[in-house]
Amino acid sequence: MKEFLEGSQAIAKVVSLCRPGVISAYPITPQTHIVEGLAQLVADGKLDSQFINVESEHSAASLVLGGSATGVRVYTATSAQGLFLMAEVLFNIAGMRLPVVLTCANRAMSAPISIWNDQQDSVSLRDSGLIQFYAENNQEAVDLHLIAYRLAEDKDVMLPAMVCIDGYILTHGIETVDMPTQEEVDKFLPRYQPPYNLDVDHPLTLGFLADPDYYMETRFAIQETYKEIVKFMPQLFEQFSSAFGRSYNFVEKYHLEDADKVIVAMGSVCGTIKDVVDELRKKGKRVGLLKIMVLRPFPNQQICNALKGISRIAVLDRALSLGSIAPLASEIKASFFGKKKAPKIISSFIAGLGGRDITKDSIKEIFRQLNQKEITGNFIDLKPELLQAPLETTLGNRSF
Amino acid sequence: MSELQVKSLFASGHTACAGCGQSIAARLVINAAGSNTIIANNTGCLEVFTTKYPESAWRVPWVHSLFENAAAVASGIEAALIFQGKKDKISVIAQAGDGGTADIGMQALSGIWERKHDVLAICYDNEAYENTGIQRSGLTPYGASTTTSPSGAQSFGNPKLKKPMPEIANAHGIAYVATASVGFPQDLQRKVKKALSIKGPKYLQIHVPCPLGWGYPSSLTYQIAKLAVGTGLYPLIEYENGMLIGVRKISSKSVEEYLKPQRRFRHIINNPDELAKIQEIANNNIKKYNLVAEGN
Repeated sequence: MKEFLEGSQAIAKVVSLCRPGVISAYPITPQTHIVEGLAQLVADGKLDSQFINVESEHSAASLVLGGSATGVRVYTATSAQGLFLMAEVLFNIAGMRLPVVLTCANRAMSAPISIWNDQQDSVSLRDSGLIQFYAENNQEAVDLHLIAYRLAEDKDVMLPAMVCIDGYILTHGIETVDMPTQEEVDKFLPRYQPPYNLDVDHPLTLGFLADPDYYMETRFAIQETYKEIVKFMPQLFEQFSSAFGRSYNFVEKYHLEDADKVIVAMGSVCGTIKDVVDELRKKGKRVGLLKIMVLRPFPNQQICNALKGISRIAVLDRALSLGSIAPLASEIKASFFGKKKAPKIISSFIAGLGGRDITKDSIKEIFRQLNQKEITGNFIDLKPELLQAPLETTLGNRSF
Repeated sequence: MSELQVKSLFASGHTACAGCGQSIAARLVINAAGSNTIIANNTGCLEVFTTKYPESAWRVPWVHSLFENAAAVASGIEAALIFQGKKDKISVIAQAGDGGTADIGMQALSGIWERKHDVLAICYDNEAYENTGIQRSGLTPYGASTTTSPSGAQSFGNPKLKKPMPEIANAHGIAYVATASVGFPQDLQRKVKKALSIKGPKYLQIHVPCPLGWGYPSSLTYQIAKLAVGTGLYPLIEYENGMLIGVRKISSKSVEEYLKPQRRFRHIINNPDELAKIQEIANNNIKKYNLVAEGN
């Protein structure tokens, strides 16, 4: 049924349709509306779930770890500092092979403290073992939670999954969303049947100490699982499409067929880029967008296939790897290394950090700068007047 | 049936040191708790010596996640059991060492006490981070030399008193708080059973001597444990709903008798001033809890 909902309310509703038995979270903006929505559903008797308010995100993640290990479907949500306080536990959940699902309402990392959006928080956890999805709009935010649970709980996967939603832009943005019915969700996502759990009738030890004779194989096994996920994800997307009529893939190709300039991006900014692509196409420019929907597993092959033969690529990161190439740009470049039909130019742009708006003009500027010369890490919409002194003078003439 | 006649829920063959007080206490605890128990265990000696892959000493469901979160994990287990409708039949224990309880695990522990989860939190108090090499914790006693509070020309070892965990637990208004000692196994098991018969959060702190970390012959674990209690340095106390309902009476031995066999207190023995300070700690306990039996 079509509903006009705030992103967070839409996520709360779809999560409740997934029937998690244990929910735990700690307040952090801009995630709060999601768990507030779930708390209200529990308070109104519309959701049968143990909703536990804890004293930190570390405990929220630990609590859902315990619930998941006991064999129950669980849920948590957080942002930025909260995600980092969870980080230790999230690596642990992945290593313990527990299918926890969480939402990250993307927010910039402190310092300086900022409650506004970028993707530094979730992108920084790319090595944690979390499956990571990125939503462009609230419909995708809703749908990706259903896909996340199905994938995470598959007995051949058993890994945590995180749906990343741009803070404020999606969490507080009101859009029309086609909300599935309980019957539809129950059919797509049956009750969780744990392949292993803490059970007094079948005692099990979880969370062993692994010495050098055993540790490496556990990490190898996760890496192998990720390879398998890449193989069978298309079938899962297909099943989702038949159940709900909306089609997804690792990547979404937008006007790539004859494009010579393409931006690669993740999340809500893709909506803005699509608008700019439409405008520029009307003027005869051959531009396009490749939207990355799944960051882990990273879909190298799908990306290479989609961008094959396109001469100029701009990778737009809303995160940094301070001291190196921006994370998404780095991975896109690595995907093409040694490939014959690699783009001639893969330029990297940084935009929208700490909630700075990425406008249509910002996107046009990226297309403008995407010319014959490869660019590494240009900041778009930077305000030079805010810097203490021109970069040339602060760095160029200094000696140690 | 006596414990020897039934299969222990804690298997032998683990890798604890000879004379490890914690391993004895852990066995007493789980055998008192019974098979319908799920344990969440913090990182520490107990976790390391009982679950080195591919072997496990545990014959009950057992989970280890991290150093500081067993309490939070246990509350998730409890929540899941309630959701599954199984909680009435199953006990949940969150157990940790003294560092995992009083230092790094304190926040999560306070959280489950405040939220009133039906979980028994157990602290195996060997009075230092023994597993990482005998570093000082918030429960290291005054004067003990550890690798991070060493005695030296300008140091008499750990300069702080033990963090008053039972009082902190009581301040949360929880149902049952007690201390126990591996030197008094029947008392320990009675307290585990009593704690588990009460719904809500419970805290049991068990004194478990560590021959390696404390520097005494491994054959003396029971004697050392008994002396800690007998001198008044480790009072065995029991609270229900914040009311003191019982103490183990002692005959008040001199603290020197307890300190002397232990390397960690070697620098204290010939220092009358420091020795007097430790005797005063014992005397204060004796007075506070009225530990000395009448007629002694």
